[in-house]
Amino acid sequence: MAYMHIGKDFTPPDVPGKVTGRIKYAEDYTREGMVYARLLTSPIPHARVIDIDASEALAMEGVLGMLTADDVYPDGEPQSTGLKMLTNEPTLVGEPILAVAAVDEKTAETAISRISVTFERLPFVLDPLDSLQPDGADAYNGGNTFVFRQGFAVEKWTSDQVASLRAGNEPTAEPQQTVEYGDLEAAFGESSYVYEGTFTNAGYPHMSMEPRSALAYWEDGKLYLHGGSQSLTAFADGIAGVIGVPKEDLVFVNAATGGGFGQRARAGSIPVYGVPAKLSQKINRPVMMRVTREEEFTIGGARQGLTGWIKVGFKPDGVMAACDLWIVSDNGGKGGGADAYSAADCISVLYQADAVRFRGTAIGTNTAHRGAQRGPGQNQIAPIISPILDAAADELGVSRFDIRKINTPMTGDVGGPQRTPFTSAYMPETLDLAAEQFGWEERQSRRRRTNGSKVIGLGIGQGYHNAGRSGMDGIVMMGPDGRLKVHNGVGNLGTYSYASTSRAAAEVLKMPWERVDIVTGRTDLHLPITSPQDGSNSIFTNTRTFYGAAQDMLAKMKEIASGDLGGTPEDYDISNERVHQIADESVGMTFGQVAARALELGGKYTGSSDLPEELAEWTQISVSRLAGTAFMGVFHDPRHEGNPPGFTVSCIEIELDTETGKYEILDLINVADSGTIMHPKGMENQLVGGAVWGIGLSGYERHLYDPQNGMPASTGYWQSKVPTFLDTPVKIQTGWVDLPDPENPVGARGVGEPAQGSVSAALTAAISDALGGHIFGASPITADMIINHVAGTSEDSKLLAQNNFRG
Amino acid sequence: MVATSHDVMPDIELYQPADEATALDLAARLGNEGWLLSGGQDTYGWLKDRNKTPSAMIELTQIDAWKGVKETSDGIEIGATTTLTEIANDPLIKSRFGLLAKAASVVASPQIRNVGTLGGNLNQDARCWYYRRGLDCYRAGGNICYADSPEGLNREHALFGASRCVAVSPSDTAPALVALDATMVISSSSGQRTMSAQDYFVGPDRDIVNMTALNEGEILTAVRLPNAWANAEFYWEKVADRNVWDFALVSIAAVFKASGNTIEDSRVACGAVECVPRRLESVEDAIRGQQRSEALASNAGELATNGARPLNYNHFKVPLMQNLVKRAIRG
Repeated sequence: MAYMHIGKDFTPPDVPGKVTGRIKYAEDYTREGMVYARLLTSPIPHARVIDIDASEALAMEGVLGMLTADDVYPDGEPQSTGLKMLTNEPTLVGEPILAVAAVDEKTAETAISRISVTFERLPFVLDPLDSLQPDGADAYNGGNTFVFRQGFAVEKWTSDQVASLRAGNEPTAEPQQTVEYGDLEAAFGESSYVYEGTFTNAGYPHMSMEPRSALAYWEDGKLYLHGGSQSLTAFADGIAGVIGVPKEDLVFVNAATGGGFGQRARAGSIPVYGVPAKLSQKINRPVMMRVTREEEFTIGGARQGLTGWIKVGFKPDGVMAACDLWIVSDNGGKGGGADAYSAADCISVLYQADAVRFRGTAIGTNTAHRGAQRGPGQNQIAPIISPILDAAADELGVSRFDIRKINTPMTGDVGGPQRTPFTSAYMPETLDLAAEQFGWEERQSRRRRTNGSKVIGLGIGQGYHNAGRSGMDGIVMMGPDGRLKVHNGVGNLGTYSYASTSRAAAEVLKMPWERVDIVTGRTDLHLPITSPQDGSNSIFTNTRTFYGAAQDMLAKMKEIASGDLGGTPEDYDISNERVHQIADESVGMTFGQVAARALELGGKYTGSSDLPEELAEWTQISVSRLAGTAFMGVFHDPRHEGNPPGFTVSCIEIELDTETGKYEILDLINVADSGTIMHPKGMENQLVGGAVWGIGLSGYERHLYDPQNGMPASTGYWQSKVPTFLDTPVKIQTGWVDLPDPENPVGARGVGEPAQGSVSAALTAAISDALGGHIFGASPITADMIINHVAGTSEDSKLLAQNNFRG
Repeated sequence: MVATSHDVMPDIELYQPADEATALDLAARLGNEGWLLSGGQDTYGWLKDRNKTPSAMIELTQIDAWKGVKETSDGIEIGATTTLTEIANDPLIKSRFGLLAKAASVVASPQIRNVGTLGGNLNQDARCWYYRRGLDCYRAGGNICYADSPEGLNREHALFGASRCVAVSPSDTAPALVALDATMVISSSSGQRTMSAQDYFVGPDRDIVNMTALNEGEILTAVRLPNAWANAEFYWEKVADRNVWDFALVSIAAVFKASGNTIEDSRVACGAVECVPRRLESVEDAIRGQQRSEALASNAGELATNGARPLNYNHFKVPLMQNLVKRAIRG
């Protein structure tokens, strides 16, 4: 289909600001009378605050006040998992206890150092399996796990059960959650190759360059909050509740965000933004709270670590017959996500196994709070399953490419324990394109070729994430100048999806891009609600809403034109910013004239009446404030059917040095199936960024806590080992199949998350290949692990500890 | 009590002497209260986190006499405040002492090398994360080593020379200087003294607080490289987790004088396996006069790790060190 905007490159409007440094992040704002807040965070992994003596600090010149958990929660802290704004019951080192406001940061920091906090130390634990021991410590005050709608609980295994899993055996304890489909026993019975083993995925921190700093002040009864988020209106909608301010009285300002990573999507992950808001209210001054790099690494959250056992059976022809997955999840100090279930869902989707069983138990540790990080679950299991597929392929005499093709999902298939049909699935085409562009077959002759201590390894991997939601709202506006204003609440975390999704509206109205304004960056510009910008959903979800809003405006244009110029709306079309009769294009009105006429007519044309009944409360507030100011198109998106998947396929060639444990990635390609491509440059960025992150997942990133005192060691980029420019290939190839999805009006689906998983899967497979097919059952695989394996000094069957080294 | 990060510079005096005498007088007068500041890459973290609390900084970078590379009658002299980028790119160093140029070229990151200096790289403090975190370990004046304990996180720590502390020498240029038999020039208000690079670095058995032989009031002002090892056969390799930022897991610096395939003489030093650059004299003795061969390399590798005492998580350093020695001897 020939599009005017879709599939074409453009310059998102925030790019010049980012290139020149003029765009503002939360820390860049100032306000007259602004003072500075600093946090006192817990130095102890699990404790109760017994007493706070701040008398000396509060008497200091320049100190304006203090905020504690007692101020925030006068009726007591909520007894649930999840980060709190401030706490008297810290369950991880670095959890905010109190904040002090002063005229400058140095004074605030000096004041912090003069506050004496008396803690009652409580037992702490860093590995879920240690907590499951009969005498293991519990991470939370009410136990070591949290049961939905029931509260804290204690989950214990026998020592033998823990030891058995650590020895590599299937857990025998009762899981908290079991989900299955198909006849597992029969499917394994049909299998001629069965792999069984344990695995560990290290959790690791988010790496946002912009820390969770925020500025807050109150004016005319409204709270103005400057912060960084993945989402804009979805985040604002949530943070209003966290802080306890009516939605209509909150202005959230967030023009750009320096890194999302997953846990900046939703307000519950950043309650600390409430600290400057509450402090500002208390001392009646604007408050800037600058979060340090170390604080960012302790309150910024982390990916869940998974400790698991997996059994996979393959039929003689390579078909995956069964997968049995048992995972103990590390829920960290404040509760966690649902990564383990998503891991099982991912295997079901990607390999279409006849029978799948997932069993899982989630246990807290006194480490960073856990939650979504790019591909939560799907991307941890990707590097675990890929070498197993290769082992099966080698054993069954099927090529490593073919085993993936044999098991591929495709349009018409269903996936996941819920057996949800795909809206479309072009994985076969993606596999073919990746193999062709990479020259996969041609490279097979190089496989395991040696050069001194160096050996070539080849890997192929797949990634998946559900990539679309629905049920959100869209608003477009137009004044007498005829410019299209797309009110976009998606948020700007660096993917440019706020701009790409706006192009759907421009496409409907055939508007030149230079005549389109994206209204975004702060909620007092009156933006519609969107789904949180996570889960690779934005492109699918919000092209639907803006397409719908533009369609509403288009229909109204035709109504206005036919009402004034005769005929019926069906007699009209648009071109060149005019609505005109199809039969006689000279009979028509410019968009500006239509907009002016809409203002005269009012009512539904300006959002004053006949609104969609299902609009969210947030959107209703925005529409009510926009009503009567301009010509309006407004739309509530009905729910879609099926699972719109995002798929990627990656191929990697590495040269691994068996004497140093280091490897060079010689070539890497990341190819996507994400429906119609909205913005090729943005797509390329997603695929390259995901690739770098996937290299980190498989090769480097770590999450260390000292077992002696629960202190985090990964509190910066150096210690956390995020891959650098020289650890990644200079050129990362990208590609996409660009086939439309029928559940989206422009054919688009998301891709963000799988872009990491496939690269992680391919890299781990390549490392395994270079080492003769050795399966580590781990992510990351670090240099020391490779050296130990080659030297024959590693205990390969040993289950690795969470929040510790990998070797 | 566990320390927490503060990440704000405290009040501190800043002195910016423009001549040697003033700098040396300040160093003498301020003693340990005067923090020597050059590129600042091992300064601001300490001070902002308030784990070191000197009352003043003495910035050394405005003194021209302590910068740059010059030829001497017996080799070259490198000012201690010469940046690592300058060393990596200097034609004289590259042409005669390529080993040092290569070592300097892989320190940390390009940005750090642009401001970081040779003196700073050599004098940087231990990178043990417990110590850096501000814990009360032996090196910080306490009576415990958190790394050398049953549960210590010690993957990056020492194989040799443990004495209460198991931190390693983090410097990339230090083993290169030991291999090149460099001389360190130490200045103070009372004069100048020199000592070999090998003697300059001290282990915890001798000084649990300081990693060099610098005394209070002294400043490392230059490093001299003798022509004795100029244009020898060099081997340098650093194995780190990542190719930017990271300190070595193990590094090796080796210089060889060879005649054909026969090694006539050598100096070999490893970084990141001991609190000081570890000179491998037993290896040097074993290969002297020997023909290069895989067997010789392999035997030398085994010899290199004799006496190694791995900790919980650093066993991998034994085969890694052996492999690097092998690679150096293979050439």
